[in-house]
Amino acid sequence: MAPSDIRQVILDILSRIAPDEDLSNLDDSVSFRQQMELDSMDFLDIVMELRKQYRVQIPEEDYPNLVSMDSTVKYLTPILKDTPAK
Amino acid sequence: MPVSATRPSFVPAHELPDDQRIVLTGVGLTSPNGNHLAEFRANLLAGKSGVVDYETRYMGKTLAGVCNFDELKYQKRKDLRRGTRVGSISVYCANEAVIDSGINWLDYPKDRVGVYLGITEHGNVETENEVYEISKFDYDTKVWTHHHNPRTVANNPAGEVTINMGITGPHLTVGAACAAGNAGFIQAAQMLRLGEVDLAIAGGVSESIHTFGIFASFASQGALAHNADATKASRPFDINRNGIVVAEGGGICTVERLSDAKARGAKIYGEIVGYAMNSDATDFVLPDSNRQSECIHLALKRAGLQASDIDIVSSHATATEQGDIEECKALNKVFAGTNVSINNTKSFIGHAMGAAGALELLGNIPSFQDHYAHATINLDNIDERCQLPGLVINEPRKLSKVDYILNNSFGMLGINSVVIVKRY
Repeated sequence: MAPSDIRQVILDILSRIAPDEDLSNLDDSVSFRQQMELDSMDFLDIVMELRKQYRVQIPEEDYPNLVSMDSTVKYLTPILKDTPAK
Repeated sequence: MPVSATRPSFVPAHELPDDQRIVLTGVGLTSPNGNHLAEFRANLLAGKSGVVDYETRYMGKTLAGVCNFDELKYQKRKDLRRGTRVGSISVYCANEAVIDSGINWLDYPKDRVGVYLGITEHGNVETENEVYEISKFDYDTKVWTHHHNPRTVANNPAGEVTINMGITGPHLTVGAACAAGNAGFIQAAQMLRLGEVDLAIAGGVSESIHTFGIFASFASQGALAHNADATKASRPFDINRNGIVVAEGGGICTVERLSDAKARGAKIYGEIVGYAMNSDATDFVLPDSNRQSECIHLALKRAGLQASDIDIVSSHATATEQGDIEECKALNKVFAGTNVSINNTKSFIGHAMGAAGALELLGNIPSFQDHYAHATINLDNIDERCQLPGLVINEPRKLSKVDYILNNSFGMLGINSVVIVKRY
């Protein structure tokens, strides 16, 4: 998957986790939690969805990489580089 | 010496001071045939069933009582995703009840509010859903949701109400099988009398139609209703009944001490003047008319009433042969020779499990004003073993007065509950 595909994957997950949020103006450089109502359980949903959809196991010590869209895409790009987009 | 030997456990309500008298002041409900009391009542008087064709996982086509309330009236989509169906039912009904009560909620001290909700079971739906989900991943438990525990703790429905409404007083669910709706009201009355809370949000709730297990278990027991016409499927007391229609729903009231209700000029739906709970101590599933009649007698005694004082009995009968017959034995034992009118709300909506007792009581409450006893419908050929005094068959009955309603609610493991409400 290309970074743009990964961004879309994350966007789709966020839209399911936070269905009341308007994601059209999401700032990729700012942390999710500064822009949206996301608590720790929601954050775990992101990890869980990646696990379910792409069998990606993200170790707990890597969770800080998922703070913003930019950092998430950067972190996942090498992990998902050989995974085809759905 | 036990306390019960030195003082009566109950003084009849009319002899109590107002701060020990307990009244219902607001109603919120969702049933398969109505999403507020007026709609529910109108459909009960019109003989309109809420039972529909329904499909459940693994079992396929069956029948159920399904609610269609506006889930987004008091919750966001994210709340629905995070919580449970029964949490959503509870939040809807609790908010509706508080609005109906006219309480100034914004300024009400939330630490003086208690939430007491009766449940038949909880957690089956969420557990079954999750097991199904991980089955798609070769039962890899690493994809088991972190939401499972908060969704399945037994206090979930009441807890979701506190979170939604900012209530910081006590909350709990009362696990009482299908006697639970009454049990929620009884818990509220007790806590108000003890002064533990000043306002109770209480009743019964159920999401049972969302788990196949409830249907499958009744089917294996030979107790799951089937009928080509869904609206005809729930037929207590009829010789051609063939079991229970499972339903979901919620019936919740604001419950207050009479002194508080009077002080704020509240509308009062009725006064809880008597209640009782007991246990059969005999069987996991089979009811016992002896203990049921004892429970009814105890509620009457505590209310300072005779059987002949009761105008309407809301029966529990679920349309299983043994259950119907046992309750009829109990009712005949207590009410023979009286002018009571006996009806059955499950014939309209199916068996709403934890919500059943609450919905069945609330559906009768408007009779204090309209003087009608709604019927038991789908009673085309009565089982002779279910002949009852004053059974209201298929059409509502106009009564000259309605002063007292007695509500039966019984459940598995031999749990019995009776609540008596008086017109105020």
